[in-house]
Amino acid sequence: MPPSKPPSKPPSKPEYSTQELMIIAAAREIKDGERIFVGMRLPITAYGVARLTHAPNAVGLFESGVVRYEPAEGMLYTMCDGPNQLGAAWTTGLIQIMGLLSGGRIHAGFIGGAEIDRFGNINTSYIGDIDAPKVKLPGSGGAPDIAAMAERLIIVMNHQKHRLVERVDYITSPGFLDGGDARARAGLAGAGPQVVITDRAILRPFGPENELHLASIHPGHTLDEILENTGWALKSVPDLGETAPPSEPEMTALHRIDKEGFWRG
Amino acid sequence: MVLGAALENAIPFAATHELIRQGRRDLNVIAPISDISTDMLIGAGCVAEVTGAWVGNVSGGMGHNYRRAAESGQPNPIKIWDYSNFSIGMAFFAGAYGLPYIPVKSILGSDILKSNSRIKLAQNPFSDEPEPVALVPALKPDVAFLVVQRSDRFGNSHIWGSTGLTQEASIAADRIVVLADEIVEPEVIASDPSRVLIPGFGVNAVCHVPAACHPAPLIGRWKRDHAFFHVYHKETREPEGFQRWCGEWVRDVPDHEAYRAKLGGQLEELRIRGNAPSAPANYAAE
Repeated sequence: MPPSKPPSKPPSKPEYSTQELMIIAAAREIKDGERIFVGMRLPITAYGVARLTHAPNAVGLFESGVVRYEPAEGMLYTMCDGPNQLGAAWTTGLIQIMGLLSGGRIHAGFIGGAEIDRFGNINTSYIGDIDAPKVKLPGSGGAPDIAAMAERLIIVMNHQKHRLVERVDYITSPGFLDGGDARARAGLAGAGPQVVITDRAILRPFGPENELHLASIHPGHTLDEILENTGWALKSVPDLGETAPPSEPEMTALHRIDKEGFWRG
Repeated sequence: MVLGAALENAIPFAATHELIRQGRRDLNVIAPISDISTDMLIGAGCVAEVTGAWVGNVSGGMGHNYRRAAESGQPNPIKIWDYSNFSIGMAFFAGAYGLPYIPVKSILGSDILKSNSRIKLAQNPFSDEPEPVALVPALKPDVAFLVVQRSDRFGNSHIWGSTGLTQEASIAADRIVVLADEIVEPEVIASDPSRVLIPGFGVNAVCHVPAACHPAPLIGRWKRDHAFFHVYHKETREPEGFQRWCGEWVRDVPDHEAYRAKLGGQLEELRIRGNAPSAPANYAAE
């Protein structure tokens, strides 16, 4: 799948791709022993890296009814594919797995989205009016359940002005709703989005309003570029820093998981 | 009607195709996800209402027919009843066990409460403090089409691997149609009753349809045909493209046997030939 690489690279180019940095940043959000709602693609790889590095006892759950310790061998297109079931810790029904969320037994979950706003609310349903949408997106799947009930939410998405917006048209998956304590007042159990990992930066909620703030900038990106590509007046946390580049053990783990180089891009 | 309840595996595409061939209209398609099955039915003009959590092409992206129907009423407008995966599951659960509704917390804060007028916000009557809950009414489908790895002629069915909402949907439905990849003697099913997910007494019809799930996977039987989903996504971008695709793969194909023959070697490559059996379980009573 990856194109063959030229034999030498310009010295300034880092030895990892943006996608690889995002995976490793996501892996760092998983703590050892945690039960994680994994989801597909990038988070699956992040889960695998976390297991091989700092979180060997993490447990991965898939809403269709799969629990795994070891991540599946090979590339998955859906969580129901055969390789994700072979060697699983548990294959069962959706209610059994998502019921663990509802019962408050899941530490963190990954979701992505088409649109996110400054309070971390995510839209994957309707752009424009519900009754006459400009774009009908596929919908929620299990994302609202994860956003509402996991102890914390890890969000991964691309950083573009039309994706990071002041206010989403439709809240598919709740973040902090109108900010402040709106989330708790709405009866939501989990602490909400604790990190948004983009291809340019890492955002985290900050202050009493729980507004998403710029927390770290990926190497090679600038503050101006990030502000230009964010649809609201993005503020920074006081200790704004640079995202730590992947360490050697992290890259070794990633290459063990991503044998085919899908994320090397 | 329920067309697939396991999410991305065991989707009864053979039934989807037959509904299109028979020119069924005004269906309320209930499917938590069911990959491109719902998109096909919408494009073919079979659908009036969609009840589910997600409609699109899981590995390909958005569902073009779903978008056209929702955005511009082509080929006909559809009513969308939005749920999350867990809330539609609990709606089946309520339908299965005779509860008029069930409280769910995991869609609080979501605009699903605004776009689905059937779901009501209430307070937990047992709590002294305010504690919001979403009340989700029971979902009782007329019929559920379900793919199983093996069944006997009475519909007693073994299913293994992840099952999504198969159990709840089958108990909630008035009628069950089983699409069995293999028909076995009743003794085979009876040898492992713990693996029965659908008991035969509730089953109205058993159809022997190998690879009824194609292009979706069936654990231990068929791999997923990723390329088929990709081609569908590419070719159905325009309404004319969908009509051409639907003619070639559904309308001009008389039945599923002819569909399998048309797939030919492509289907054979998806057949799982490996062997990874579970350890036997001893049910001896003495």
